[in-house]
Amino acid sequence: MADMTTLHISTSSVSRHFGGLIAVDQVDFAVPRGEIRAIIGPNGAGKSTFVGMLCGRIAVSSGEIMFNGKDVTALPAHKRIRQGIAYTFQITSIYGRLSLKDNVRLATSWRWGSDEAALENSIDEALHRVGLEDRMHQMAGDLSYGHQRLLEIAMGISQHPQLLILDEPTQGLADSEIADFVTLIRELGGDMTILLIEHNMNVVMDTADQITVLNLGKVLATGTPDEISANREVQIAYLGETHA
Amino acid sequence: MTMSESRPVIKPASKPLTDVKKSLYFHVGLIGVLFILQFVLPAYHHGNLARIMVLASYAMGYNILFGYTGLLSLGHAMFFAAGMYGMGLPMAHLGWTPEPALVAGFVVGIAVSASIGFLALRTSGVSFMIVTLMFAQAGFLTILYFGEWTRGDEGFVIQQAERVMAGFDLSQPANRYNAALILFSLCLIFTLKLVHSRFGRVMIAIRENEERTQMLGYDVHFHKWMAVIMSGTMAALAGAAYALLFGYAGATFASVQYSIFPLLWVLLGGAGTALGPFIGTLFMFYLIDLSSSFTTAYMLIAGLALVLLTLFLPQGLVGELRRRMMPWLT
Repeated sequence: MADMTTLHISTSSVSRHFGGLIAVDQVDFAVPRGEIRAIIGPNGAGKSTFVGMLCGRIAVSSGEIMFNGKDVTALPAHKRIRQGIAYTFQITSIYGRLSLKDNVRLATSWRWGSDEAALENSIDEALHRVGLEDRMHQMAGDLSYGHQRLLEIAMGISQHPQLLILDEPTQGLADSEIADFVTLIRELGGDMTILLIEHNMNVVMDTADQITVLNLGKVLATGTPDEISANREVQIAYLGETHA
Repeated sequence: MTMSESRPVIKPASKPLTDVKKSLYFHVGLIGVLFILQFVLPAYHHGNLARIMVLASYAMGYNILFGYTGLLSLGHAMFFAAGMYGMGLPMAHLGWTPEPALVAGFVVGIAVSASIGFLALRTSGVSFMIVTLMFAQAGFLTILYFGEWTRGDEGFVIQQAERVMAGFDLSQPANRYNAALILFSLCLIFTLKLVHSRFGRVMIAIRENEERTQMLGYDVHFHKWMAVIMSGTMAALAGAAYALLFGYAGATFASVQYSIFPLLWVLLGGAGTALGPFIGTLFMFYLIDLSSSFTTAYMLIAGLALVLLTLFLPQGLVGELRRRMMPWLT
């Protein structure tokens, strides 16, 4: 694990309770700058709740979150976004009645002040990177589900974040789209830290530098893809005793 | 927001700009038509139109919050009355002239909408409707309680001699019409400017998808609060102008009925269109005016028309026009 100076985002004993349910239980987590980290785990493991706390969508019940060496635990979501965290939703969340271009414009316009030309360029570039530039004047709600997911990713990368959080980005994508997505993530990996919640193990194995496995709100294991696939505890959590 | 897809793209920045300009020219053209109408309309309709323009300004204020930001308030009569009494009371009791009194109405409008907005925005959805309704009822009862000064339901008249502003006697039909037109134009142009600004785009984004907007880095609560203040202050200005132009302030204008009216006008005309509030107000005014000349059950006819419009033109008259013919309309 990297030392504190290169750590990009980290948590110390972060928990979240919903009534009596403990969704995330005292998680210590640390990702160095520039790493692609996959977060995997069975349904209900607390993955979405956990990244929701990182980006400020969900308040922590206890614990601390550090981003770029600063405590951001009490910072509201919009301020964390402006410090360089971008987040894409698990359930597609776009502006269906606005054009693709206006969707991306909203994502990135605050970064550019009055520089309209730079803003336009960054919109075009983000849409180009996900292959949607030909559709920029269409209504986002008219896109197929897979294209809506790509638009979400375009909105995320248009913000040129330091940390990009992707919550199940390949859900509903066709195989060819998944292959493009893997290429895109690898390209982006050089520029930014990426947290990827993902169920598709091929995508995880192809992109992640490190994997964190969550189970029942706790960290079960952290390691390289090879280490994780050889880990017996992980196999049990995923496949159940009988298959292990 | 741009809606067309078939027009050729010359360079990226030019497309939204042309649409913005088209929309601006269209609305400025409408203001021109309204100016010319005063020379051709018979006295009765001339007077009606002056009243409609003031009420439409009220509806435009309502539209900023409901149509563009997606927040449904049931308490805007409180803001209308804040401007009306903020202006009227100093005139009636302190002998203020219209100019400072109008400023007082404006300031009271800002203060009331800022404080009510601050409190009411702790809720959302249905609770926001109920809370604004309750605040407005409290405001209405306050006006009745201080009947010694406000004259309660009965209201008070602002004398003709007091309604002279910058040398113009606002009780004269021509002056009144043009004063109403100035207010209407200011509100319309403000709305257009707002909607095309970055701030306005974020308001629309909040209407469309609040959580996404926050997660793109916008302070949603602040934008909503500012929308309440702009909306409430525009309503207050309309209330102040109403009392000044028509010489009367009364508690009826603070009642639930006057909170429902702007909602109906905006829905009929088209929520989230700059022109919708005017068309809705015009339509409803004449619907009641015409049907009451046939029957005493005129509200039945008005109600039926409302139901039919809601069923067949859910986006309102201007909303439908935009959908079918004028996608650049804002």
